[in-house]
Amino acid sequence: MSEPLLSVRGLNAWYGESHALHGVDLDVNTGETVTLVGRNGVGKTTTLRAIMGLIRKRTGSIHFDGKDLIALPLHKTARTGIGYVPEERGIFASLTVDENLILPPVVAKGGMSIEEIFSLFPNLKERRNSPGTKLSGGEQQMLAIARMLRTGDKMLLLDEPTEGLAPVIVQRIGELLAELKRRGMTVLLVEQNFHFASKIADRFYLMDHGKVVSHFPVEELESRMGELHEVLGV
Amino acid sequence: MIFGIPIQAFAGQLLVGLINGSFYAMLSLGLAIIFGLLRVINFAHGAQYMLGAFIAYLILAFGGIGYWPALIVAPVLVGLFGIVVERLALSRLYDVDPLYGLLFTFGLALVIEGVFRYYYGVSGNPYPVPPALTGAVNLGFMFLPIYRGWVVIASLIVCIAAWLLIEKTKFGSYLRAATENPKLVQAFGVNVPLLLTLTYGLGAALAGLAGVLAAPVYQVSPLMGSNLIIVVFAVVVIGGMGSILGAIVTGYMLGVAEGLTKVFYPEASNIVVFVIMAIVLLMRPAGLFGRDA
Repeated sequence: MSEPLLSVRGLNAWYGESHALHGVDLDVNTGETVTLVGRNGVGKTTTLRAIMGLIRKRTGSIHFDGKDLIALPLHKTARTGIGYVPEERGIFASLTVDENLILPPVVAKGGMSIEEIFSLFPNLKERRNSPGTKLSGGEQQMLAIARMLRTGDKMLLLDEPTEGLAPVIVQRIGELLAELKRRGMTVLLVEQNFHFASKIADRFYLMDHGKVVSHFPVEELESRMGELHEVLGV
Repeated sequence: MIFGIPIQAFAGQLLVGLINGSFYAMLSLGLAIIFGLLRVINFAHGAQYMLGAFIAYLILAFGGIGYWPALIVAPVLVGLFGIVVERLALSRLYDVDPLYGLLFTFGLALVIEGVFRYYYGVSGNPYPVPPALTGAVNLGFMFLPIYRGWVVIASLIVCIAAWLLIEKTKFGSYLRAATENPKLVQAFGVNVPLLLTLTYGLGAALAGLAGVLAAPVYQVSPLMGSNLIIVVFAVVVIGGMGSILGAIVTGYMLGVAEGLTKVFYPEASNIVVFVIMAIVLLMRPAGLFGRDA
């Protein structure tokens, strides 16, 4: 097996004095969709933010595509080819849909053209001159993902893309992620919706108390349900 | 006659108001851009305006370099000065209470003004109107000094250009996005620290440009900035902190309001801006063009 695209070892992170991650280890291989699961507050979002460099107080090692991300300033992390779609979506109110879409700088060749993106998201094309936050929640989520598709990123960090959305939109996002996977995109996903995640994920990492407690491929999901229910408390 | 006032007096004060408003608009625009992105209340803005005027004065006195080149040279030098200030000092204060940025720029303004007072005293130094813009035109109801008309037009051009830069360009979209959420913009790969430096430089350069335009109208004096800056802060507050359009529109409006007050009730002309500020803050705390927090 070749080197993983993203390899995280012993990742610790702090919010001020509060120690949020206690040695997270995980690997994501090229082309895989990997899902982090766990209860609220166990450090899933924090893991994504620490990988991205949005949390600066962190130790351990994060290797992505042969580069050590710990040493990089925040704006250089994206330049290595990681795109980030935050939980709160991060659509800018003072920018139009078009401007939101082309805001993230292109970091490598191989991203989609605006035309390709609009063919995947016809709704966005119709509303390209509206302020970004006038879109519906589902459209804003589409926009948050769409704008990371033209940058040529090798990998996306997606934080709860289905949160608070209607079932028909969730299904649409599922189809989109399946399409991205067909195109070879690597994805690290945080998702509460098991049913949704089971259809697109290759592997799962289960987190509790700021670290990874187990990991398994999607095929073992059925047999692991007992363990999952115990840790997730559902 | 308008309301019992001779039309010449009325038009004359309206023009004075528009001229003052032009400077209010250009200065509050720079303050609004800087505050929006850096969250720094730039008390050095008046000193940077004064620096622009003094650079024009000094390069004319010692280098024979006239008004038109000064319109480029002075803003560039003041902008570079702003970039150095941001890199060396302001950039170290972003993570602490915004009061530190305010105190630092206030202290910087005192130092700059003190240095110029030491060498040039407080009496003004005249700066000649460029030959191409001397004289006046007869508008029928009044004589318009050409230079004053030019100041109003030039300030409009500057404000429109700045507005277009912010609203219609890629640089502007970075600036607007970073004003909303700087961390996320940086996580997208935009060099936000550099954007902050350039923005402060741009704001300072705008103040420097306003200073050159002001040199032939007002005297070039070390205190010319501090005389103006308090009113300009009131303009920013009335327009809505950080609102670009608000700063521009309010700048002209308040200049005119001041001018008209001089016609109808001269005693109140120095305080009318602050009365308006108090009323606006009571009715709309976020300012006329501000978004409610």
